[in-house]
Amino acid sequence: MPSPPDAPDWELYAHGADVGVRGRGATLAAAFEAIAMAVTAAITDPAGVQPRTRVAIQCAAPDADGLLYEWVNALVYEMATRRMLFARYHVRTEGTRLDAEAWGEALDAGRHEPAVEVKGATYTDLCVTHEGGRWTAQCIIDV
Amino acid sequence: MDVTGWERITPTEWRIAPSGAMRVPAVLYADETLLRDMDDKVREQLVNVATLPGIVRAAYAMPDAHWGYGFPIGGVAAFDPRDGGVVSAGGVGFDISCGVRTLLTGLTRTQFLPQQLAVANELARAIPAGMGRGGRLHLSTAELEEVLTGGARWAVAQGYGNEADLAHIEENGRILHAKPGCVSARAIARQRDEVGTLGSGNHYLEVQVVTAIQRPEAAACLGLALEDVVVTIHCGSRGLGHQIGTDYLREMVIAAPGLGIRLPDRELACAPIESELGQRYLGAMRAAMNCALANRQVLTHLVREAFARLLPSAGLRVLYDVSHNICKEETHVVDGVERRLFVHRKGATRAFGPGHPAVPEEYRGLGQPVLIGGSMGTASFVLVGAPTGEALGFSSACHGAGRNMSRTQASRRWSGRQVVKDLAERGILIRSPSMRGVAEEAPEAYKSVERVVAAAEAAGLAYRVARLEPLVCIKG
Repeated sequence: MPSPPDAPDWELYAHGADVGVRGRGATLAAAFEAIAMAVTAAITDPAGVQPRTRVAIQCAAPDADGLLYEWVNALVYEMATRRMLFARYHVRTEGTRLDAEAWGEALDAGRHEPAVEVKGATYTDLCVTHEGGRWTAQCIIDV
Repeated sequence: MDVTGWERITPTEWRIAPSGAMRVPAVLYADETLLRDMDDKVREQLVNVATLPGIVRAAYAMPDAHWGYGFPIGGVAAFDPRDGGVVSAGGVGFDISCGVRTLLTGLTRTQFLPQQLAVANELARAIPAGMGRGGRLHLSTAELEEVLTGGARWAVAQGYGNEADLAHIEENGRILHAKPGCVSARAIARQRDEVGTLGSGNHYLEVQVVTAIQRPEAAACLGLALEDVVVTIHCGSRGLGHQIGTDYLREMVIAAPGLGIRLPDRELACAPIESELGQRYLGAMRAAMNCALANRQVLTHLVREAFARLLPSAGLRVLYDVSHNICKEETHVVDGVERRLFVHRKGATRAFGPGHPAVPEEYRGLGQPVLIGGSMGTASFVLVGAPTGEALGFSSACHGAGRNMSRTQASRRWSGRQVVKDLAERGILIRSPSMRGVAEEAPEAYKSVERVVAAAEAAGLAYRVARLEPLVCIKG
């Protein structure tokens, strides 16, 4: 199990019918770890998810925006097919390739009370920015 | 949304003339209150749709329009392949063939109420709802490929329903020209356990009662009378459709520059209908449509089983099944000429008028049934397509109320437990695995469905037939 990371800087934000997810960090990888926490938070309280099992995820894309789309959709796919929720992430990026570990546990509907099921990341509001030494990754997820 | 910039054509029709890159006007059907309550993004998105290649006549928005992805939810746009027209994965959305099916129970409220609590508990047990709850079926790749080509017909052949059900489903329960080979292994993997599941978000299964009849003759033809109890299912193509949306959105975004398409918004990602990518997407999308039809058919079977245990006299005949996230090849008359068009309806319901051959024979004199969903405490409506709808918006109408508040706002404002308690006091039993999910879907988070359907009728898109109120709601 990985050691607890620094408090990830994430938030959910309003969208007409769905939910916006945003993560910030000192590096692109940290911003991607933070937005992944926001994806979990759209479903359930991340504090209630135990990081018991490790899942390896790799993805690549032509650019940083594309990599964000791939990363969030990879999480959606792993959650759906493994019936898991994730509580902790470790992401490494090299250019527009990503190598990650997601730690979580089997979904327990009674305990986790998932509010929604995430269908996928959208390109709406999707962007990766680097300003003032901080990286921000955000998009609207369809729920 | 500010009305500035909109030309008011009638009290319920608003128009923006083409300018800049727009190829056609933007047309919105709503009364002034609905229009003012809409997000400015609706106008921006509708104007963007009007710039797409091969768009015919106008980019339309229905009275329940709200900010979507690329297209506004409640958006309608038709494209002609002979004019370089496109098909857009963003214009269909992630929940391909999400739709509504209503079943007549043959019971009245008085007959149903003694078993209301038992039915609520039995449906909550029998209907797989919410994230991670798989269904009764666990299908191999070969079996899923049969689902993707067979639709509701596949389900009936497996014993989930009967031939009579098929006559009251769009395309008689099976969409032709589906291509399972165009569906990714990931999409198949997401669907293995999900045929016969409700999903979450705004999807629901409700037992409802008819509380008002606006058109008695049409209601009688549809089998609806005051105080009748019906069951309505709102769901789509589940994980398979979501993954197809994800896969093709990505591919169309990457391919657009090479196809000579300039996208004002990446979410409008599209490909020419006649291109290899466009044809592959249409094949995959039709497979997802069959998946959605099979899904609602299996859920119908589960409802019938539940009722058979508790109310064996219930008939549970299919009134109609109609999708509202689709792209369909249809014939329309444009400037007096018949044309084959690819009509996108994203959060909009097909609403053919009286006499259209695609409408089931016994309803043909009325027009196509249009099933409008509410949410837990709010009403639902049954409408029929109006003869004027063809010229107004390629025979389309609204699909629901549309949200007026985000999920984040709603979950801050209401407690799910309080919503359940308040609705129980009004005689509506809610069953859901998630109280936060209930709060996010609180009735007050939606616009007035009454105003939306009244505007659809005033605009000449569809006519109201009956109003339904919930007695039991299973939420994902």
